Amino acid sequence: MTFQAPIGSSLPRDRAKRLLAGRGRYIDDIALPRMLHLAFVRSPYPYARIVAINIAQAAAMPGVIRVVTAADLEGVVEPWRGTHNLFPDMKVPVQTALATDTARWQGEAVVAVAARSRAEAEDAAEHIVVEWAELPAVSDAAVALDPAAPVIHQDYDGNQAFTAAVSQGDPAAAFADAPHVVEREFRFNRHTGVSLETRGLVADYDPTSDRLTVHQSHQTPHQQQDLYARLLSIPEQNVRVICDDVGGAFGLKHHLYPDELAACAIAKLLGRPLKYVADRLESFLSDIHCRDHTVTARMAFDAEGRIIAMELDDLFHAGAYSQYPRSSVAEGNQIIRVSGIPYRHDHYRAETRMAYLNKPVLGHIRSVGHPIACAVTEQLVDLGARALGIDPVTMRQWNYLDDTDFPLTSMGGIALEKLSFQACLDRALERVDVDAFRAEQKTLRDAGVYRGIGFATFVDLTSIGPEYYGEGGQHISAQETCLLRLEASGGIRCYTGATDQGQGIDSGIQQVVAGVVGVPVSDVKVNSGDSELCPVGGGSWGSRGAALGGEAALRAGRELRGNILNIAGVLLQKAADSLDIRDGEIVDAESGAAHMTLDEVAAVGHFKPYMIPDDVDADLTVTARYASRGRMFLPANGLHVAIVEVDTDTGLIAFHRYLVVHDCGRLLNPMLVAEQVRGGVVQGIGGALYEEFVYDGAGALCNGTMADYLVPMAVEMPDIEVEHLETPTGTSELGAKGAGEAGTTGAFGAILNAVNDALAPFDVTLSETPLTPTRILQALGKI
Amino acid sequence: MKAPDFAYMRPDSLDGVFAALAQYGDDARILAGGQTLMALQNMRLAAADVLVDINRVPDLPDIVEEPGHLLIGALVRYAALAESPLVQQHVPLLADAVPFVAHAAIRNRGTVGGSLALGDPAAEIPACMLALGAEVILSSAAGTRTIPMREFYLGLYETALRPDEVLTAVRVPKRRPGQFHAIDEIVRRRGDFALAGLAVSGVAEKGAVEAISLALFGVADRPVLATDAADLLIGKALDPAQIETAKDAVIASLDPPDDPITPPAYRRHIGGVLVQRLLGQIREKLA
Ligand SMILES: Cc1cc2nc3c(=O)[nH]c(=O)nc-3n(C[C@H](O)[C@H](O)[C@H](O)COP(=O)(O)OP(=O)(O)OC[C@H]3O[C@@H](n4cnc5c(N)ncnc54)[C@H](O)[C@@H]3O)c2cc1C
Repeated sequence: MTFQAPIGSSLPRDRAKRLLAGRGRYIDDIALPRMLHLAFVRSPYPYARIVAINIAQAAAMPGVIRVVTAADLEGVVEPWRGTHNLFPDMKVPVQTALATDTARWQGEAVVAVAARSRAEAEDAAEHIVVEWAELPAVSDAAVALDPAAPVIHQDYDGNQAFTAAVSQGDPAAAFADAPHVVEREFRFNRHTGVSLETRGLVADYDPTSDRLTVHQSHQTPHQQQDLYARLLSIPEQNVRVICDDVGGAFGLKHHLYPDELAACAIAKLLGRPLKYVADRLESFLSDIHCRDHTVTARMAFDAEGRIIAMELDDLFHAGAYSQYPRSSVAEGNQIIRVSGIPYRHDHYRAETRMAYLNKPVLGHIRSVGHPIACAVTEQLVDLGARALGIDPVTMRQWNYLDDTDFPLTSMGGIALEKLSFQACLDRALERVDVDAFRAEQKTLRDAGVYRGIGFATFVDLTSIGPEYYGEGGQHISAQETCLLRLEASGGIRCYTGATDQGQGIDSGIQQVVAGVVGVPVSDVKVNSGDSELCPVGGGSWGSRGAALGGEAALRAGRELRGNILNIAGVLLQKAADSLDIRDGEIVDAESGAAHMTLDEVAAVGHFKPYMIPDDVDADLTVTARYASRGRMFLPANGLHVAIVEVDTDTGLIAFHRYLVVHDCGRLLNPMLVAEQVRGGVVQGIGGALYEEFVYDGAGALCNGTMADYLVPMAVEMPDIEVEHLETPTGTSELGAKGAGEAGTTGAFGAILNAVNDALAPFDVTLSETPLTPTRILQALGKI
Repeated sequence: MKAPDFAYMRPDSLDGVFAALAQYGDDARILAGGQTLMALQNMRLAAADVLVDINRVPDLPDIVEEPGHLLIGALVRYAALAESPLVQQHVPLLADAVPFVAHAAIRNRGTVGGSLALGDPAAEIPACMLALGAEVILSSAAGTRTIPMREFYLGLYETALRPDEVLTAVRVPKRRPGQFHAIDEIVRRRGDFALAGLAVSGVAEKGAVEAISLALFGVADRPVLATDAADLLIGKALDPAQIETAKDAVIASLDPPDDPITPPAYRRHIGGVLVQRLLGQIREKLA
């Protein structure tokens, strides 16, 4: 199936100009009449009992309207549990908006102050006296699972929250007999997403109509609508969640945060609009974190270097609670499902264990679990190549699944339709002359300069289907609906359930509608991020917008186009299928001769409906929905190639090249996909080289500011080259797969492999991220 | 992260500043570029009750040429320092140091006086002033005193400044014939405070080192002079063996503080690497 422009055109995104001009509307830009501001008193301890709270002095301070503790919210807001019915054995403790008698992580909100200004709220918060009884904290997953460790949730008999395992073939026998086995322990330290706009909301409750409107910096307005309605006992049709411009989200804004729910509850309690915007210090303490995994893995090879088997054990933790409403199992669960996936092998075993301990909640951030699965697999492949004296490229060519293998179900149970590993590698080899690099590498090594090349093949499980959360019992839509309305002027309004956090999905959907209906892209206006106006949908996360929102838009576009042609056919006394819409005009499908314009059709459709016979489909407001069936994911794939130089005196790493060959099926807008990949790589570089939360022995965060939690910055970033291949999925008409996480997925693996290749002469292997200069020099034995 | 209420004063003379400091004592803080102070206020870290803004004080010097010296006023911004022809000609080390300081926006506001008065152990300008043998001028209602840089820092963020004093200027010797200099630092991201840095200033005479100062930053509670290494180099040619000896002496002299992110061993090691690299560069330049 071919599609006409602008589908597939590299157009600038719709919002860019407005945002660049400073006309974005973020949460802190919103001011409502009588609006209050909220500040929280947060637990300074990772684990402590709340003995007493004295609010007397704070409550009397200037500008303070109300000081709120958990007791004040009883009956206003319900507690919740982050369960998932597909994992019925998972332990899921009850969570509340404000801590009741115990704080289980440093930064947990305990008391809220509503005041006329944020500064006054902070003043008062400093005068709230909480009497704490500190408890011994658990801050390491292995320690948490020790039977002697203190139990974090007294309802349970231990801290183990969840385990899952996959096994195929006979891995034990395969390893026992294998001529070559490589094994490593990997450590992926803890980091987060760091969006430019921090979390925030303005909650506005009107008691006279029992109506709650929440402006929120969030990825999933409909999910929040459902949660606020249920937890605050407000009829859902009275709850509206608006996510206007969102200044970055990366997965950390598709959950329910206790402090945000508390803000909504307090707005309801007070009947006044209320703003809460997390400041940067609060963000580091209270945003969802990710990684913090220890993985032991091994791979077995035959004498020629073919992969026979892989085994993996993953240990991680959820922090103090299971994130809501999705639960926290996915990072571990994805690791055991995606590891080893690009390679043909017959024996596989993978297990994950998740603990509870006294740290902030660990959840879903861009590329859940995938960077770990990819890095582990790709490093084992490189180690195997090294052990067998085979070049890493050849090693991959031999072992990749190829066209003859598809479709198949992977060892981890993932249905793979058709992926393009070999073609991605071929394209990369056209761009990177590996032989020339090896020659240069050798010359440079003789001069004491250490460069290395790293390859990382990845599979990205995008666009999750409805079965996962549907069966899980969560109210999270994996179905997308698109509503189109032809205006009398001939312009089209589009309402989608996908949301735009800067990635530009609005523009992708705009291009689909324009291409399918046959109008200029400027004639289509996309509206998203409003739970009241937009059809129920899932928002944007898990690389789903183009594949799901795009397909719904295609269907709606086709329906609107059909109805327009029906009306035109009546007016022109011609068969509708002899007509076409091109560039906003009704033309003869064969000759291209113009007949009439879209606004003439629309004028009749809206104002002279009596001219159209009753049996003609002539709705100019149409909706169409798309939900996948019988597939859990739409796997996309690609390859990262990193060339780095390691300064063996200082341990610093500099990029010389970075290439991503990426295949996400049909491209709606190649430029936007390339930018998603680039942004993803930068975030991956963050995790691979810079970003790491450091805790002291007592479990307290040591680096919760922008000065010592290092995010990647422009100067150090490589010029990221992106190549596209297009292997459309056959499961939808559009054929698009997800693209938003691909850049992050492969970055850890490519960089680890490149650094280890650079350091090959020293016979060291690093398997811990981030690759800090200290870790490099420690590995080299220099410090 | 909103500052608590504070009073703001903007005297239009040094006397006015002295009066404010006399009145409010420890509760007052001088506001110069604000690039550190305002962040501390917003984070409510030891927030001051009164900020005394010195940006409109006319009697502070700009960059003034004196016999043998440049006088650099406290309010000179980093950006102006780097762009000054006087500085480029007479104290090029300072001009070379500025690009290592923070980012352009911060360099447009941050001041030489603020940097010296704050005394961040990893800051570039204080270390350069130490290497150059500069002296700071401190004034109060009681009068003016001049203190050599090597006596100015007393500990972590601790200086010889008294609560009633303003750092008004710094006096820096002009370069002499045969003078060399170099600066470099190790950072994970351009613009960060240094994990370790080194500013070198010295004089070479007929291929031998006549005088040399090695000021390290980011490796102790304040910028430090590597005097043992300097003593070893004086009177000698900068050959690889000498450089190696100096490097070892520096490594032996360093005892960096522990911090949760960067272990002392790393800072000590790269301190040595910097000595080796910069002395190597100087050796090449002198050859
Ligand atoms: C993101 C970021 C990165 C940075 N990176 C670096 C870096 O790499 N290197 C570096 O050196 N600095 C760095 N800084 C700090 C910056 O250089 C500061 O601005 C500077 O150190 C302080 O100068 P200021 O003029 O802004 O002082 P202010 O912030 O106004 O004051 C700082 C302190 O000095 C006192 N003070 C100021 N002037 C005087 C005076 N004349 N007499 C007596 N006391 C005075 C103030 O009372 C206050 O206590 C960075 C800052 C930021 C925000």
